[in-house]
Amino acid sequence: MRSDPRDYELVAPSSLQAVVALLASNPGKWLPIAGGTDVMVQYAAGKLPACKLVSIWNLPELRRIEVLPGEIYVGAGCTYTNIREHEILVREFPVLASSARWTGGVANQNRGTLGGNIVNASPAADSLPALLAYDAELVLVSARGERRLSYTGFHLDYKKTQLAPDELIQAVCLPRRFSGYVHHVRKVGARNAQAISKVCIAALGRVTDSTVDDVRIAFGSVAPIPLRLHETESLLKGKSIDESLIGLAMKAAAAEVRPIDDIRSTAKYRAAVAGNLVAEFLNLLIADGKRA
Amino acid sequence: MTMSTHHGFKSEISLTVNGRRKTVLAFPMERLLDVLRQQLGLTGAKEGCGEGECGSCSVLMNGALVNSCLVPVLQAEGASIVTIEGVAAGLQLSALQEAFLECNGAQCGICTPGMILAASHLLSKKPTPALAEIQEGLSGNLCRCTGYVQIFDAVAKAARCATAKMS
Repeated sequence: MRSDPRDYELVAPSSLQAVVALLASNPGKWLPIAGGTDVMVQYAAGKLPACKLVSIWNLPELRRIEVLPGEIYVGAGCTYTNIREHEILVREFPVLASSARWTGGVANQNRGTLGGNIVNASPAADSLPALLAYDAELVLVSARGERRLSYTGFHLDYKKTQLAPDELIQAVCLPRRFSGYVHHVRKVGARNAQAISKVCIAALGRVTDSTVDDVRIAFGSVAPIPLRLHETESLLKGKSIDESLIGLAMKAAAAEVRPIDDIRSTAKYRAAVAGNLVAEFLNLLIADGKRA
Repeated sequence: MTMSTHHGFKSEISLTVNGRRKTVLAFPMERLLDVLRQQLGLTGAKEGCGEGECGSCSVLMNGALVNSCLVPVLQAEGASIVTIEGVAAGLQLSALQEAFLECNGAQCGICTPGMILAASHLLSKKPTPALAEIQEGLSGNLCRCTGYVQIFDAVAKAARCATAKMS
């Protein structure tokens, strides 16, 4: 049953300050809506419990991308189109730019925002493993001020995050320190556009003198939250990659993920594919080590 | 700003549609799609899935392709909207519309308005797209009749015609 627009209030303050003041006036009662690619879907299905919405679409304070010496500051209201078309993001954070390219289709990329994707907190979101792999930090804003925290740890459990009821994500900051790394991303799904992933990987690694000196592996659609595979990473660090290590890493990854059966895939398939995707990534790391 | 405990209020919302300034009285959470179809009589944009998956309600909002079923009309305040009704200049079809006719890019026609707007958005960004770029540009628009090949041909043809005219 579709929702009735008469039951909903929607306001569109013209500044971020006015939005956070409104959120503070009645914490938890106002639902921010940016490009609507998630909120309007729930609304269409008659499943949107909040009846007070505040539009944050196009707030200039949330749309900036600033290239700073140590990091790139991406306003949380930037769309997937903004991300995939930004030359420096494409060059330095290709895993994020690629996942932006296959999030939804063009129309959804023109409206869907990075901040919205984080707050929506779907474990299947394509761009979130990239933020884990790149060690992103979030700038959260409220009438109480700003705070900055690591994105790793932001998701507590399925659809539960560290965001307080009066807070908004203002920006996502990406540290510019992965230039010597192999960047790998892959989506396994029915098709790239529109279809939600069965499993997706975002991984970075660097091999020096034939040993792995840093590796960062994150997955989507394999747990209640976007998941970083810390145990698999520790198994690899400081080692030289060979066939037997790849075998161990595949097993470790398959054991570390916590997938479920759902309409898109099965837990068994997802665990097996997670292992295979790790193996594919490690083979790329070997190839890169040989080139160096 | 309207405030109430249980219900929204209608607001006056001004927007430009196909080059004409319009003011509508609507609940802010009404979907742009419904306002276009029901208040403005522009029934070219179709409702397929109603959840941003099929692209049949595609319109341009400030030059960007959007699914109008996912746009609360308040967010279109001050925006410039182009629907399929605004693509031809009177009886003069656009190059894309001509190419869709010539290549049999339309069968039942439900997806066609969205396809043409998605293609127009693509060509505005990439005037000479490769096949893979056409496929990607239209990947959010579903067609259950043509098998897509004629649609891709039509977009490629329109791009060639436009390039030929410019040179």
